[in-house]
Amino acid sequence: MESKQTPLGYVSFSVFAWIVGLLIFFPIFWMVLTSFKSELEAVSIPPSFISFDWTLENYAEVQERSNYFKFAMNSVILAVGSTLVGLVFAVTCAWAMAFNPTKRTKDALLWMLSTKMMPPVGVLVPIYLMFRDWGLLDTRFGLIMVLFLMNLPIMVWMLYTYFKEIPTDILEAARMDGATLPKEIIFVLLPMAVPGIASTMLLNIILAWNEAFWTLNLTTSDAAPLTAFIASYSSPEGLFWAKLSAASTLAVAPILVIGWFSQKQLVRGLTFGAVK
Amino acid sequence: MKRVMGAALCALLAGGIAHANAETKLTIATVNNGDMIRMQKLTDDFTSKNPDISLEWVTLEENTLRQRVTTDIATKGGQYDVMTIGTYEVPIWAEKGWLAPLDSLGSDYDVDDLMPAIRSAVSNDGQLYAAPFYGESSMMMYRKDLFEAAGISINGRLTWDQTLEIAKKLHKPDEGVYGICLRGKAGWGENMALITTMGNAFGARLFDEEWNPTFDSAEWKNALDMYTNILGNYGPPGATSNGFNENLSLFNSGKCGMWIDATVAASFVTNPKESKVADKVGFTEAPCAVTCTGANWLWAWNLGIPMGSQKVDAAQKFISWATSKAYLELVASKEGWANVPPGTRMSLYQNPKYLEAAPFADETLLAIDSADPINSTLEPKPYVGVQFAAIPEFQGIGTTVGQQFSAALAGQMSVEQALAAAQSSTDRTMRKAGYY
Repeated sequence: MESKQTPLGYVSFSVFAWIVGLLIFFPIFWMVLTSFKSELEAVSIPPSFISFDWTLENYAEVQERSNYFKFAMNSVILAVGSTLVGLVFAVTCAWAMAFNPTKRTKDALLWMLSTKMMPPVGVLVPIYLMFRDWGLLDTRFGLIMVLFLMNLPIMVWMLYTYFKEIPTDILEAARMDGATLPKEIIFVLLPMAVPGIASTMLLNIILAWNEAFWTLNLTTSDAAPLTAFIASYSSPEGLFWAKLSAASTLAVAPILVIGWFSQKQLVRGLTFGAVK
Repeated sequence: MKRVMGAALCALLAGGIAHANAETKLTIATVNNGDMIRMQKLTDDFTSKNPDISLEWVTLEENTLRQRVTTDIATKGGQYDVMTIGTYEVPIWAEKGWLAPLDSLGSDYDVDDLMPAIRSAVSNDGQLYAAPFYGESSMMMYRKDLFEAAGISINGRLTWDQTLEIAKKLHKPDEGVYGICLRGKAGWGENMALITTMGNAFGARLFDEEWNPTFDSAEWKNALDMYTNILGNYGPPGATSNGFNENLSLFNSGKCGMWIDATVAASFVTNPKESKVADKVGFTEAPCAVTCTGANWLWAWNLGIPMGSQKVDAAQKFISWATSKAYLELVASKEGWANVPPGTRMSLYQNPKYLEAAPFADETLLAIDSADPINSTLEPKPYVGVQFAAIPEFQGIGTTVGQQFSAALAGQMSVEQALAAAQSSTDRTMRKAGYY
């Protein structure tokens, strides 16, 4: 049965959605605005919205003090690298769970997800010691491994949900036609799951981009991404909000642009399988 | 042709080896504050004098830095060659053998010029384990114009009772002025830094000689009563979320009659670029109560070298440069005398150019000179430190007790309840740690 929405309902729903959207966007807007203020104006009460002396001084200072592009490049390498490595493992794992389930598949899935509930600081020292002994401290390779393992449960879950939507008969038909397992996955399963894989990749790039515990604790300079760049602008003694806002704006800009252009895939990825 | 190729390869290799020998890269972990950033900008001066050493800076927020360098030094991770550490860490880490002694800072370093209080805070058994980059104590900054308008004059060192009376007179929230601004944000380096100095002034101490916590004493009750009364009734609203920076913003916007905090704030509140009340600020010592001993804190950011570092010589060269008298002159020549890192060298406070540029110099010197990390309480104590106890357990204890005191300020619990909770949680921690 189809329910019809009244014009009043449509308008009120739109207004509500806009209010929620603006509320969510406001902190980002305020951050961008603050980045153009002087330090004194950034903390003045009452705060000024538009009528202040706009300045690019903070961006100049940030550019002078830090090598933004080095940090940004590390962020890109870590986010994309960990996602690509993760995808190789997650696709095979999700295939096995979706098309060859056992009695314990659901339990295994839940167990994998439960590892996300452990506070990372609980394993900081053992991981730090392993990294030290293996020479992985402050290396991109080491961080890619950590970020990939950290996000693997979510990748498996998302892909599992997608793969469950694909009829098993199609894969069986491919097998009947003589497709081997790798061919079945590469030429039959993956093309059908492209939207799901794209949204899984996007979400994981965002998660890896924003990760701020391991990236701060396992890097010093060579592999330090944008999280370390932002962290260097918070000060215990002295005003810092304007400079911190400029650094944060520069740090979120690339991911904001990617997110904006890929919002359709992201929404689809996050809601897929929720309603059947 | 082969010979030419061989020669070129040899030359390349030799060049590579020579380059490897020529450059020792020092990775320096540092906190983000004005003095440290200024030092980064002056890196060229050091590298031009030491072309065989290059510097890599890692600047982090204070708490992140502390967590990062502690993990690295405790696990001998070897990620940093020079670390910026506070006076809290130096005695603990030196005791554990985590820091290399600074024994070759050069003949012209003039170690005797370091302020005695700061020098003793970064030494262990007379040996220097870190070199102070800048030092601070606490003092009162006040609005001279508001004092004058209210007919208040300061004669001698104030007591907390007198400070309370002044706060009452100055407190005019309708006009946007609060009597006093103090730290209320919970944390061992936030509200506890101030409250412990208040406790010292009221005759309290963190631990007795047997390491038993003493939060159940009458002295602590008096101190916390005063703190919650003066800040709760004559401070800004929402004081429980105010730390150094929040109070700095309030004071600079002209909203605080008085502010008791780090001496380093003096350069910010008198800077017309940052402060609306730059020409109206007066300075005086932090208030006393039953004693003046320990009524103002002592803190310094210092440069130390982790034990086991392969680059100790180069690191000592850098530390010697960054904490020398010549460095102060370098900063003065580039940025003016008001911007040199304060509180570490006595000669700075005898320099007429500095005294002229920094109207707060006398009070800063007085505050740092009077702070003694060994004798900072009326009754004897077993720990080193004015506003902290230099034991590994203090960070946790200070943060927990700070939360309870913050709750008392917010009115979520009474002063008695907060002190009882502080006593019981500290007692449990000390018992578990095997102190008794």
